[in-house]
Amino acid sequence: MKKMGFVLASTASLLMAGAAYATDVKIGVLNDRSGIYADIAGEGSVIAAQMAVEDFKATDKGINVSIVSADHQNKPDVGSNIARQWYDTENVDVIADVPTSSVALAVNEITKEKNKIFLASGPASSDLTGKACSPNTVHWTYDTWALANGTGSAMVAQGGDSWFFVTADYAFGHALERDTSAVVEASGGKVLGAVRHPFPGQDFSSFLLQAQGSGAKVVGLANAGGDTINAVKQASEFGITQGGQALAALLMFINDVHALGLEVAQGLVLTGAFYWDKDDQTREFSARFQERNAGQKPSMIEAGVYASVLHYLKAVEAVGDKDAAKVMAKMKEMPTEDPLFGKGTIRADGRKLHDMYLFRVKKPDQSKAPWDYFETVATIPADKAFRPLAEGGCSLVK
Amino acid sequence: MTTDTNPIAMAAITSVGAAGMPRHHLAIFAALFVFLTAAPFLLYPIFVMKVLCFALFACAFNLLLGFGGLLSFGHAAYFGMASYVSAHAAKVWGLTPELAIIAGTLVAAVLGLAIGSLAIRRHGIYFAMVTLAFAQMIYFFSLQAAFTGGEDGIQAVPRGHLFGLIDLRSSEVLYFFVLAIFFAGILLIYRIIHSPFGQVLKAIRENEPRAISLGYRVNRYKLAVFVLSATLAGVAGATKAIVFQLASLTDVYWTMSGEVVLMTLLGGMGTVFGPIVGAAVIVTMQNYLARFGDWVTIGQGIIFVVAVLSFREGIVGVLAKWIRKPL
Repeated sequence: MKKMGFVLASTASLLMAGAAYATDVKIGVLNDRSGIYADIAGEGSVIAAQMAVEDFKATDKGINVSIVSADHQNKPDVGSNIARQWYDTENVDVIADVPTSSVALAVNEITKEKNKIFLASGPASSDLTGKACSPNTVHWTYDTWALANGTGSAMVAQGGDSWFFVTADYAFGHALERDTSAVVEASGGKVLGAVRHPFPGQDFSSFLLQAQGSGAKVVGLANAGGDTINAVKQASEFGITQGGQALAALLMFINDVHALGLEVAQGLVLTGAFYWDKDDQTREFSARFQERNAGQKPSMIEAGVYASVLHYLKAVEAVGDKDAAKVMAKMKEMPTEDPLFGKGTIRADGRKLHDMYLFRVKKPDQSKAPWDYFETVATIPADKAFRPLAEGGCSLVK
Repeated sequence: MTTDTNPIAMAAITSVGAAGMPRHHLAIFAALFVFLTAAPFLLYPIFVMKVLCFALFACAFNLLLGFGGLLSFGHAAYFGMASYVSAHAAKVWGLTPELAIIAGTLVAAVLGLAIGSLAIRRHGIYFAMVTLAFAQMIYFFSLQAAFTGGEDGIQAVPRGHLFGLIDLRSSEVLYFFVLAIFFAGILLIYRIIHSPFGQVLKAIRENEPRAISLGYRVNRYKLAVFVLSATLAGVAGATKAIVFQLASLTDVYWTMSGEVVLMTLLGGMGTVFGPIVGAAVIVTMQNYLARFGDWVTIGQGIIFVVAVLSFREGIVGVLAKWIRKPL
């Protein structure tokens, strides 16, 4: 009997110890590690997730976090295959990041089907909180609507009231042009014309000459990645910004500016959710990040991975469990607070709300230090920065 | 050629089992069946389904290249377009999965007929270039057309209920559906290769002027095998869309056309089982080495170079040479 009691007691104590360290969380960082988005996400996003776990002191709070990562090569079938495998066989609880909208939409569906959590920082498509919205997804950093709105409305407010678009001839480019045109016109500006360039494009000269000849005050680049970089380079050869026209890139990241150099990128206007040099807290984080990420400052996507993982861990701690429905409910109920995006909230459709900023790339002589690239032209407050809840067509919104 | 599989000659040298199939082929089919039936319980079923889809795709391609002697560089067009149509049919029209796959297959067949009837008028490199050009047209059509969803592809395709009855949401159930399609496809290809039609094809492959002089309408045979190959590639693509619940530009891009050539050559062009092995090797590499990113492509390149330099008959081709029996 005595022996039996001992066994019972030790089992009970084991169970209690188990309860104290009950939560094992596995985070999968899925992004492009070899292609065009490897610089804005890639290994940097993994580092950002690790830093979130360390800064949260997860182990001290009884949450054992492990992080895995993989390369989706920007192909939706590769990405969906990895996501399924992670959920089915490797017990991954959360997938974070996932740039490239097509892959993100696939992961969004699988996450809903498997009832896990998707912390989308990398993707642009506003469908993630619109017609494809899911109770299991938080769309953290930015979306196409916010970019179009930010650049469109803020530029018109700054006096850039006539626009000409250079648009990539595929669905993404068309959507960006359509959304931005709507914003420009709603803000009292007018669209003088648009030209479609083939995707992917190498030679932009004829399109840029048309843009120059249109006399529009703002030339909007409704394209992404390599197309934007090529267009910006050639625009600088044609002297578009020197000629008094403003060049607005609708989807661009600080790493692209870094790659182009200030000589070429100067005067470019773009919208973003995060800039490393905003305040002391962002500078402190960015310095630590830079040390670990081969001298690169964090992009807004990497910042979003850090902040979303941090908020997720807070919710897990508050719930004391990793059940997807409970944690999601907590994440949406709790206001967000982190050093990078400040205070914010998550809406019913999964949209994270925070301020967005309109940046202008500095001239080479204004830049005082490496990575000193942006000046903030305007701040778009959180309640105006994102698409109104009712307009998205999300089925979760009643 | 190690791939000369004249059934009359083979009947003389190898014992023939049931259904007119040489006994060792029967044994391989049986072993394949047993292995694939057990596979979902040993391996990750979705991964095996991916292998099956690509194996069928490679076998369809091999029918054209290995037996028709026609190198098409645009097979992604049929594979990809069928996957789009199948995904669209299942998602928007709400068809059951088998009808969606049939719809995709039909479109691939029509596309094969249209492109094939133009492409077979040219030979060799010109044939390859014509097929590539048409495939690129299909790619740009897919990029622009409204129903394909552009670069987002068609997402969230429902797996649905087979015949309106059997729920395919469970991966194991779906697996056996895919396995049935795979076996039906492989056996059909086997039958085509070993039919009189297949014999004429091989004759055309070996010596086209001679086949013409014997009175065969060579272009009709070529067109027929082209359409068959495109159709079977369509079956594979349409099935893949149901398995992954996704149709995207990857499937219709020219790299997919290149990948299927690689699978066929690596496994053994002109063998029955080679493309299956080739597809399994390539898909396994892509799956388990995914975290190395670009290195997968480099690895594939190295393997391809090694295969071309040291075993041109492909993996199964070399095995067939060793055991002195056609595989």
